[in-house]
Amino acid sequence: MSDIALSERTSSNHTVRYALQDIGTVTKRNLIRTRRIPEALFFSSLQPIMFVLLFRYVFGGAIPVQGTTYVNYLMPGIFVQTMCFGAISTSIGLAEDLQTGLLERFRALPMSRSAVLGGRTSADVVRNIFVILLMTLVGVLVGFRPAGTIATYIAACLVMLLFSYALMWGFALIGLSAPNAEVAQLMSFPILFPLTFASTAFVPVQSMPGWLQVFAKNQPVSVTVDAVRSLMVGGTYHDPSSIWKAIVWSVGIFLVLAPLAIRKYRKV
Amino acid sequence: MSEILAVEARGLTKTFSKGDVKALDGFDLDVPVGQVVGLLGPNGAGKTTAVRILSTILAADGGTARIMGFDVAKQAGDVRKTIGLAGQFATVDEYLTGFENLDMVGHLCHLPSTSIRPRATELLEQFGLADAADRPVSTYSGGMRRRLDLAAALVARPPVLFLDEPTTGLDPQSRLGLWDVIEALVAGGTTVLLTTQYLEEADRLANRVVVINAGKVIANGTPADLKADLGATVLEVTVGDHDQALRSAELLKDLSSKVVHVDGDSVEITVEEGPSVAAEAIRRLDALSIPILGLSLHEPSLDDVFLALTGQKTEVDTEALTESTKRRGRKAKETS
Ligand SMILES: Nc1ncnc2c1ncn2[C@@H]1O[C@H](COP(=O)(O)OP(=O)(O)OP(=O)(O)O)[C@@H](O)[C@H]1O
Ligand SMILES: [Mg+2]
Repeated sequence: MSDIALSERTSSNHTVRYALQDIGTVTKRNLIRTRRIPEALFFSSLQPIMFVLLFRYVFGGAIPVQGTTYVNYLMPGIFVQTMCFGAISTSIGLAEDLQTGLLERFRALPMSRSAVLGGRTSADVVRNIFVILLMTLVGVLVGFRPAGTIATYIAACLVMLLFSYALMWGFALIGLSAPNAEVAQLMSFPILFPLTFASTAFVPVQSMPGWLQVFAKNQPVSVTVDAVRSLMVGGTYHDPSSIWKAIVWSVGIFLVLAPLAIRKYRKV
Repeated sequence: MSEILAVEARGLTKTFSKGDVKALDGFDLDVPVGQVVGLLGPNGAGKTTAVRILSTILAADGGTARIMGFDVAKQAGDVRKTIGLAGQFATVDEYLTGFENLDMVGHLCHLPSTSIRPRATELLEQFGLADAADRPVSTYSGGMRRRLDLAAALVARPPVLFLDEPTTGLDPQSRLGLWDVIEALVAGGTTVLLTTQYLEEADRLANRVVVINAGKVIANGTPADLKADLGATVLEVTVGDHDQALRSAELLKDLSSKVVHVDGDSVEITVEEGPSVAAEAIRRLDALSIPILGLSLHEPSLDDVFLALTGQKTEVDTEALTESTKRRGRKAKETS
């Protein structure tokens, strides 16, 4: 009896440490995969660069914005859009692991139950950090001049990383529900397009019809873009309340979607 | 307390909603500690489903199962620390190297980090993958993947091992190598539950064979027991042609309590007293001047057992399969 009690106590002491260690192991594995398929990273980085160039040089001239240049207005939108599209890799990654049977192997191992989803999302956060650095560079090359300090810039990055992290749990749910990776990707687009385009990311909402403005102003992507813009651009766009709203949205999305994704993972 | 069993399944049932298949239908299994039990059955019999339930991957609809006393449903964590699993289809990460795959599994099993590298290296060596250790698995052949998958199941030296068709897709040399590995593990005290399509494999490795069909156990015993059930010996007499064989079958029918097979120009009967029946058979055939071109006495193979129990041969043995359908066809003709 006392043996059992003892082993239970030590195991509960170890639970958190093991969970973190397992998340680390799965994260490392996912990052190795990313490194082994450089084409995927290359082309998924190319897409936001194309968006920057298109909006900066093709549509930008036709979109009037107040208080700053269009490229300064645009970049926070591009950042958040890129974060959102980056979450597709969460759904594809999990759908692939499900398809190849690797999740079966994981389920028969004494690893922490949070490790697969935790490791997937952590690796995708690392990837997003890389993408932020890359997009900052691209932005600066086409005339992006962030206002504020390094600290506010980092704060802006943290706000969008938090948002993308919350979103990934929704995409984890998609990945675990899809029959395969291609379908997981297809299922992601109808969610991402309205969220990123019917938003404040690329155009001021004043140009949209009234009914759409209500949605476009308050939906989480817009709120996050506003928060990032408040921190990176300031001036007319200074709006501290959007930062809190963005954080509340992110935490709310996480609290709803993460348990759903975890429940789905336990059932597949 | 009674002797603990390594694997104990009682009345497991599982129905897949897709297609309404009753994959397991009251499945029972006992594997004593330190033994090798071979789970044998035709395609779709429920072998993989049983292994998946026992390894906590799948939840059963009904019944209970314990691994080393741990309940698979309620103590899944403890079960996972006790078992190693190599599933029917190799589940290794394509983009990781062989070494990285084993290293990952070692970490996920919470082995002390200093022991993981030597263990991975040792296993890669043992499974003939040392040269390919640092290549991504996507460059491996099917058999190499299979071996890596088996190595991954062994990383944590689990006391109970589930191997679902471990040698399917291996060349004869790798198969023999794997048999040696399994025998060495068993000598070291590991318990193994092995599903297989190869009767030869069960014969060589298993202490006990459990035959399953349509989700139910239909036979259970040592390979020798199962063969004994069929009769001690098979007498095969080869005569001049098929017509003579049919006549001989008629003549010899009463010597065996079991069915008599006619196959081409030979007759096969299962008998209790081999030598004396053989002598009697020679006398009877000689009396009618049916020429005896060949005569042999041999033990029934597990193939014969399997055929008798399920009415079908194993899938891999296609040559034997056509042969057996031929036999059954002839037998039907004969009895009509
Ligand atoms: N995920 C699933 N969904 C629906 N049906 C399934 C599923 N898995 C197995 N089955 C069905 O359950 C039955 C038993 O399958 P199982 O894989 O256990 O057979 P098996 O004995 O391992 O066969 P094999 O020798 O071909 O590997 C089959 O009829 C199969 O079609
Ligand atoms: Mg199977």
